[in-house]
Amino acid sequence: MRADLEKTEAERLLREARAARGESLWFDAWRRLRNNRAAFLSLAFLAVVALGSLLAPLFPLPSPAHLDLQDEPKPPVLPWTNLGDHDWDEALYRREHWELSFFDSALVDLRATLFGTWQTGAWLGTDSKGRDLLSRIVWGSRISIQVAVAATLCSLLLGVTYGALAGYVGGRLDNLMMRIVDVLYSVPFIFVVIFLITLLNEYRTTLRDEYGIEYISVFYVVIGMIYWLTMARVVRGQVLSLKNAEFIEAARVLGASTPRILFVHLVPNVLSIVIVYLTLTIPAVMLFEAFLSFLGLGVEPPKVSWGLLAVDGTEAVNPVRTFWWLVAWPAVAMGSTLLALNILGDGLRDALDPKLRGQER
Amino acid sequence: MIAFFLRRALWFALTLWAVVTVSFVLMRSVRGGPFSNERTLHPAIERNLQARYHLDWPLWKQYLQYIGPLNLDEAGPRFLDGDGSDPFGGVLVGDLGPSFKYRDFTVNDIIAQSLPISVALGTIALLWALLLGLATGISSALWRGTRTDVAMRLFATTGIALPNFVIAGFLILLFVFGLPLFPVAGWGTLRHLVLPGFALGAPFAAYISRLTRTGMLEVLSQDWIRTAHAKGLPARLVVLRHALKGGILPVVSYLGPATAGILTGSLVIEKIFAIPGTGSHFVNSALNRDYTLSMGVTILYTVLVYALNMLVDLAYTFLDPRISVEDA
Repeated sequence: MRADLEKTEAERLLREARAARGESLWFDAWRRLRNNRAAFLSLAFLAVVALGSLLAPLFPLPSPAHLDLQDEPKPPVLPWTNLGDHDWDEALYRREHWELSFFDSALVDLRATLFGTWQTGAWLGTDSKGRDLLSRIVWGSRISIQVAVAATLCSLLLGVTYGALAGYVGGRLDNLMMRIVDVLYSVPFIFVVIFLITLLNEYRTTLRDEYGIEYISVFYVVIGMIYWLTMARVVRGQVLSLKNAEFIEAARVLGASTPRILFVHLVPNVLSIVIVYLTLTIPAVMLFEAFLSFLGLGVEPPKVSWGLLAVDGTEAVNPVRTFWWLVAWPAVAMGSTLLALNILGDGLRDALDPKLRGQER
Repeated sequence: MIAFFLRRALWFALTLWAVVTVSFVLMRSVRGGPFSNERTLHPAIERNLQARYHLDWPLWKQYLQYIGPLNLDEAGPRFLDGDGSDPFGGVLVGDLGPSFKYRDFTVNDIIAQSLPISVALGTIALLWALLLGLATGISSALWRGTRTDVAMRLFATTGIALPNFVIAGFLILLFVFGLPLFPVAGWGTLRHLVLPGFALGAPFAAYISRLTRTGMLEVLSQDWIRTAHAKGLPARLVVLRHALKGGILPVVSYLGPATAGILTGSLVIEKIFAIPGTGSHFVNSALNRDYTLSMGVTILYTVLVYALNMLVDLAYTFLDPRISVEDA
């Protein structure tokens, strides 16, 4: 009788446990993020920007590289223009673009079927070489996003590996590794990087012709090298607090190797904080790209990035005529994206790590 | 205390050695030198130039000559200062060598001329960033959740989201060409300082504002602040005398990185406003392949940043009694 009662009681508990759906950290965080209106709007905005940059060839925009050297910058005008068959030459449009992958080519085809020979007027004006500003902003977003994401991933890879290793191994190695990070913090990296990039410029053609490495991919790695330090520190702190947890002990007892424990068990658990830092590193990298463009060390024309556009705008500032659109629109594009990233980063931090709520860095 | 300084000095020496060595190796391993774009040079002249700067020596010998106060030249000191009076001493005695491009100047001369200008600009920018950042941060924390708070936070986040040369561009459009209040560029009078100082300090003001807000919010919720209110202190005193000291701790620790950032940010600002500071020299030297000058400036900034970080750590121990020098 008593055993029966215990059994039903146990079954009831089991049923209840099954019925209660556990909320994962991610689900919980997603709900909290959704309740944060500013962060959610930022996420939506960023999704639009990313999509727009991906689908750039689809839009009925003038070619971002089409030069018209006779004119000075033209102010924004609104109407659409039908160029007619003799002016909208698909072959020319394709030739003027610097890179069209298979995917982009398909998009250009789709554009031609959808919009025919219609294209937008200079909605945001044109620049000093007669190129359409809106088109350049849309196409420029591609390189800016590419640089930001790739460089951030480089810093992520380095920072997470370094921090996780230092935290997990501990002891003298940890001490040494963190001392090195402390030392690197006081190296004015931007100087070293500029130095490095000017040197790399010398080898631009050698790199491309002999090793098949595009200059820009070296560029990503070099930028990524600056931003891994904070990541390494944060990850190490998290790993230190996690490494004596029972599930790590269990893994070790089961005979898992150190790399396996590091990457399979520890890293997923520090992922939340890593994502937060990711959203805060991307803006920093974008600003740095702009900074390098300003020094003439960024992407090479005819390619275009937001940093380069911002530089063009600043250089067009002169006392005779005000080409305000050249300053304003790139700033709006860049500023709103970075603003959204920052707000999203803050929101993610609140959502993923309630303990950190409201703290900086 | 002494142990703290000794340990710091040791790490400092190591850091500096690493920076010098790495940049030296990079500099000398690059193909083409500072003279290679003057294509019309006669080979003999080029040889002479190379000999003058000891570029014809093996790398290790050049390195030792660059580092130390040694004279490795059997034929007497050929490697002279700009005016030919002084033999080159080496980094260890603070001699950064002759500039490759400005033939009559040593790197030390150029730095001595330009550093005061950069320091003046940086100080103005930092002061203004602190003033604006603290003021908006504190008021944002005090009026938490109100429209003022939201507006100030938005301002702060925008300040972080724009490159400083774009801010400079807007400032020039507004206050030089729009309202002709300030000169567009140059150096000399106080009015020349306003716009560059503002543009340079703006991102840091924004960041300081955010740090102050969170720091103040944390302190304002403490028990001892409630006690101070309860015993009848006027709100102004509670905030300024009791809360502020704890609330600005994050700002103090940010001052090290901020100063470093202002120094590097001034590269851009000095170029835009045509200010003859160290930053603009660095940019030009990097682009002109004037390697001794750009290395010299890199070394200078390493020293500056390290020293500032150490000062900040010291200041921290004074502001926060829970932290002792040994921890720092």
